[in-house]
Amino acid sequence: MFYLRYFVRYLRNEVFVLPSRSLALAFAVVLAVLPLLTQDAYVLRLVILTALFSLYAASWDLLAGYAGQISLGHALFFGTGAYTTALLSAHLRLPPYVTVPVGAVGATLAGLLVGVPCLRLRRHYLALATLAFPLMLIGLVFMFPGFSGGEGGIWRISRLASSRVQEYYLIVGIAGVLVVSLWKVGSSRLGLIFHAIREDEVAVRASGIDTVRYKLLAFALSGLAAGTAGALYAHFTRIAGPSNLDLFMSFQPIIWTIFGGAATIYGPVAGAFVLYPVLDLLQTVVPKYRMLLFALLILLILRFMPQGVAIWVREAIERACPSCRVRSAAWRKRCRACGAELQP
Amino acid sequence: MIADILVSGLVRSGVYAMLALGFGLVFGVGRILNLAHTAFYMLAAYAIFALVGGGLGMPLAALLATLAVAGIGLVLYKLFVEPVRELEATVLLSTLALAVLIQEVCHVLFTADLLFVPPAFPGYTSLAGVRVGHQEVATLVLAVLSLIGVRFVLARTRLGLAIRACAQDREVANLMGMNVNRVTAIVMALGFLLAALAGLAVAPLYPVEPRMWTHPLVIVLAAVVLGGLGSLKGSVIGAVILAFAEVLVVFLVPGGSYLRTAVALLIMVGVFLLRPEGLFGAGIPEER
Repeated sequence: MFYLRYFVRYLRNEVFVLPSRSLALAFAVVLAVLPLLTQDAYVLRLVILTALFSLYAASWDLLAGYAGQISLGHALFFGTGAYTTALLSAHLRLPPYVTVPVGAVGATLAGLLVGVPCLRLRRHYLALATLAFPLMLIGLVFMFPGFSGGEGGIWRISRLASSRVQEYYLIVGIAGVLVVSLWKVGSSRLGLIFHAIREDEVAVRASGIDTVRYKLLAFALSGLAAGTAGALYAHFTRIAGPSNLDLFMSFQPIIWTIFGGAATIYGPVAGAFVLYPVLDLLQTVVPKYRMLLFALLILLILRFMPQGVAIWVREAIERACPSCRVRSAAWRKRCRACGAELQP
Repeated sequence: MIADILVSGLVRSGVYAMLALGFGLVFGVGRILNLAHTAFYMLAAYAIFALVGGGLGMPLAALLATLAVAGIGLVLYKLFVEPVRELEATVLLSTLALAVLIQEVCHVLFTADLLFVPPAFPGYTSLAGVRVGHQEVATLVLAVLSLIGVRFVLARTRLGLAIRACAQDREVANLMGMNVNRVTAIVMALGFLLAALAGLAVAPLYPVEPRMWTHPLVIVLAAVVLGGLGSLKGSVIGAVILAFAEVLVVFLVPGGSYLRTAVALLIMVGVFLLRPEGLFGAGIPEER
């Protein structure tokens, strides 16, 4: 009973006072009850894929948005996760609760492997060096078609669960937990160090922080999350092919993240949940002009909200107090923490 | 065999060098990583296909296509890239979206089929027993001429001085009374012009299709960083190295056309391990 009262008070004082937090809570609740409202296979499939892509995008955001290590080859992690899982599942017939963690660990190792040679590189050099790795892996996949399935990819991956609803809760649950933990990492001391590394690496080193270790950590965490997304994706679509590694797969998390707002974690989630359904809708309405309209939409929105949609919305409905930096809803006259006058 | 490799490698070198030079200029002056650069090269190839198919002669078609591509590029830059130029990540996504936009426009207008442009200079000459097509020679001449042209503009004109000044330090150039934004726009136009010329050069040689921009984009990115960002000499040399590597792999390794991108990128990563700032990178002192 005490905990219930505590919980209600927490909700009222910490969540409902800020429109952005209320929105996030409403979003989580909708995701949780969605299968109770509709069992439609198409809707569930769409939400599952969107959740996976938002996890993938959030992992890019941690590495590029927070730590500033812009990676143009994030498909390496996604693809390593997907291929490791697919090989284990199709050749050795291992169950998903073994293959998915192994796939994620494989992607983490890939993150460390790429991270080590890339430590010496800065900014654009780093971005372009990372671009290279998934494309080199594609070359290898094509070279050994007997082992890797070549152009057609690997088929016959086992299903995660027997029914669509079970798959939904499993995948959306894992993605949700990982995204929230990425967000917690981002707002922790670790996230602060990542921010600092992005802003001025020399200054961070000068203040006695071993930047090498933290950059590698960023690569590993990002690889872990992206690899999990890739492994779940392979099990869900039941195929792992070269398209998991190609240039467009590398660019996708960048599209979701920058569209939503970088270095926020909720930005990429918002970006994925706005754009992916739009892309799917365009596919069914005007398949011929799908990508054309998609590209035009991105261009126009970025032209008017260059920081990203999520940040733009947040600025519109919330305001930071000039004296204590606590955020309040935009329609309040006074700051909710210190009572200072808010500028209109 | 060796002669084939040499000819093929030189032609590719010329094309990649033109693309890499334009890309390097744009990056050096505007600090814009223009992922749409090779999309304009594709646009030029399509434009020449449409104009030649419409009955125009090759010289007139080439002129119109080049000017049209540079004009379209400049308009798109002013509309979508310049307003967000300060935000690096947004520029990255905007130019990527531009490239996809151009690809899709070409797809809708011309379908995804492979199109072939009739050569402007048919026939070939036998040089020491090797058949060298006139079109290949023309491509090479075009490449060399445009490289010399850019070199002349940069080294000998007032505009070139302004471009070099902006590349070195935008703020100080601005303080010295140069209109930095206009210089950047001019450099963008120059970059599109070079991309269009490269497109003209390859249109009669390779099939034209809406995905033809991705492979050169990867190679150009690799060439520019291989040579060192900010060094134009470096990007041209990087382009030549990668072009020959690609041609060697395609000719010598069985199934090499799958590996051509991978090998080019492997060379780039290898150079990075030895010299993180590229072959001729100035080692730009810590940007703040």
